[in-house]
Amino acid sequence: MSQKTIGASLRSQGISRRGFLKFCAATASMLALPPAVIPQIAHALENAKRQSVIWLSFQECTGCTESLTRSHAPTLENLVFDLLSLDYHHTLQAASGDAAEHARELAMEANKGEYLLIVDGSIPTANKGYSTIAGISNIDMFHEVAKDAKAIVAVGTCAAYGGLPKAEPNPTGAVSVEDLITDKPVINVPGCPPIPMVITGIVAHFLTFNTLPELDSLKRPLSFYGQNIHDRCYRRPFYERAQFAETFDDEGAKKGWCLYKLGCKGPTTYNACATAKWNEGVSFPIEAGHGCIGCSEPDFWDAGSFYKALSVPLSGTAQAAGYAVAAGAAMGVAAGAMNMAKRNSARKTHETVSIDDLEREQS
Amino acid sequence: MNYAEFLIWVRGDAFHWSLAIFIFGVTLRLLEIILIGRKANLAEKRGSGVAGGIRTIFTRFMPNQAVLPRVMHTLVAGYVFHIGFFIVLLFFAPHVALFEAAFGFGWPALPNGVIDFATIMAILGLIAVLINRLRNPVQRMLTGFGDWVAWFVTLLPLVTGFMAFHHLVEPYPLMLALHILSVELLLIVFPFTKLMHTFTLFLARYYTGENAGHRGVEI
Repeated sequence: MSQKTIGASLRSQGISRRGFLKFCAATASMLALPPAVIPQIAHALENAKRQSVIWLSFQECTGCTESLTRSHAPTLENLVFDLLSLDYHHTLQAASGDAAEHARELAMEANKGEYLLIVDGSIPTANKGYSTIAGISNIDMFHEVAKDAKAIVAVGTCAAYGGLPKAEPNPTGAVSVEDLITDKPVINVPGCPPIPMVITGIVAHFLTFNTLPELDSLKRPLSFYGQNIHDRCYRRPFYERAQFAETFDDEGAKKGWCLYKLGCKGPTTYNACATAKWNEGVSFPIEAGHGCIGCSEPDFWDAGSFYKALSVPLSGTAQAAGYAVAAGAAMGVAAGAMNMAKRNSARKTHETVSIDDLEREQS
Repeated sequence: MNYAEFLIWVRGDAFHWSLAIFIFGVTLRLLEIILIGRKANLAEKRGSGVAGGIRTIFTRFMPNQAVLPRVMHTLVAGYVFHIGFFIVLLFFAPHVALFEAAFGFGWPALPNGVIDFATIMAILGLIAVLINRLRNPVQRMLTGFGDWVAWFVTLLPLVTGFMAFHHLVEPYPLMLALHILSVELLLIVFPFTKLMHTFTLFLARYYTGENAGHRGVEI
C-alpha cells in the first residue's frame, strides 16, 4: 500500500514526463474523450494516490489475469501496475496463506470505502463448499469485501454475466456480481478474456473523474463496447457481396471472405476486438480466420454452436416438426372422419321434396 | 431478461413452438380440405381433367384479358410484393444459411444491395395492395379481421428485418430478436388465416381446371 502519488511513483521508476503524458493521451483516446481533457487526466493521475485494489478470483480459469499480464514491457498494461496498489490478488501476490488474507484485511481497513474491488469468476450459490479460498466461501468473501468497496469491476464474462459456470444446466448455481449487488456501482468488463487495455482505461477514468465511465444497458463501458464487431470487421465487404467461406479451408477461407456461415457471432457482439485488437494490435480472432464466438455477450455459451450461423435455430427442429406433423395429421383425419359422418347423416335424413310439395306449401 | 437472453429464447423455444404450430396447422387444414372429397363428376367426359387441372395452375398466374384493366392495380402491386418477398426470403444470405441447416442443401445468396431493394419493393407492394383494398368498397366489404391480421403479420418481418439490417434500433441483437419474433408470429398466424393460400391456391386452381378440362373447356 503505497502512500506516494502516482506521479512520484512513476518518476522514481525513471518514467519521463513525456512518457507519462503520452500515456494520458492514449488513455484519453481509448476512452473516446476529447484531447482537451488530457491535461486533466495528467493532473489527476499525477496527484492521485495509487488506487487500492482488491482482486478476488472465484469460479474462473485465470484467463482474465493472464490477459492482463501477458503483455510486452513497456506497455500501457504494465503501467496499470503503477496506477494501482494491487493489495490482494491470489495469483499475482507473493504472500500466501494467512499472510495473504491478512494483506486483504489490512487493505480493507486502511482504505475503507475507497478501495476498488475487481472480481473475476462467477460465484456459486448452490453450495458454499463448491469454491472456497482460505476456508472462506466465495459468496461470504465477496460480501465481506464488497461491503466497503467504492465500486466493483466485474472482469471477464464469468464475473459479469456468469459465463461458462452458469451455462446450462448451471450445476453450481453460479451467479454474476450484478446478481448479488444492488447498492453499489458495478461495471462489467466482459470478454473471455477481456482486452487488457479496457481495465487500464477504466481505472484511469475512475482516478481522473472519480466516476465510472458511461455504460451501456449491460453495464459495459461504451467507449470499449459501443462498437459492433460486424460493423468494424474488415471482412464486412464480403458479407455485403454474399461471399462466404463455407469451410475453414476452402477457396473462400483462403481469400479471406466472410465467416458468417461458419458461425461468426460478430453481428451480435459488442467489443473492441476489431479496432483495439490483441497482442499489441497484431490481430483478432476473425483476422486469424476464426469467427467471433461472442464472448463479451451474456450467456454466449448457451447461444448455440460456435460453428453454426447466427440465423440457424439453437437446436435441431426436426423432432418438433415431426411431432407437429403427427399431431396435425391425427387431428386432420379426425376432422375428416367427423365431416364424413356429418355428410352421411345428412344424406340419410335427406327428404326428397317434389314440386307438388312446394306448391302445396305456398298455397 | 436482457437482450441476449431474449435472442436465445426466440432462437430456441419460441422458434420450436411457432414452427410446430405452423406445421401442425398446415397439415391439419390441408388434410381437412382434401378429405372432404368431391362428388363424382357425372358430366360426359369431353377432355382430360388432369391436363386441364395442371394447365389452370399456370394460366391463372395471369388474369383473363377481359378483366385485366380492372385488376391491373392488384396485379402489379401483388406481383411486386410477391417477387420482392420471395427474393428476400430465399436469397438473403442468413436465410439461405437457415434453409441449408434445415434441408441439408443450400443455394447461392444474392448481394445485400439486391435484398435491400427487394425488401423496399415488397413493403411498397404491400402498402399498395392495402390502399387498393381500402379504396375499393367491394374488397373492403369482403375483408374480415383475419385478413387485416394476415396483412400486418406479413409486413412485420419485412419492416423489422430492414430495421435490423440497417441498425435502425440499437442494440442490434434486440432488433434481430424482434425480427425473428415477428417471423414466429407469422408462422403461428399462417395456418389460420388466408395466408394458407400459399398452399391452397394450387389445390383450388387444379380443382377448377380439372372440372373444366373434364367438360372439354380450356380455362
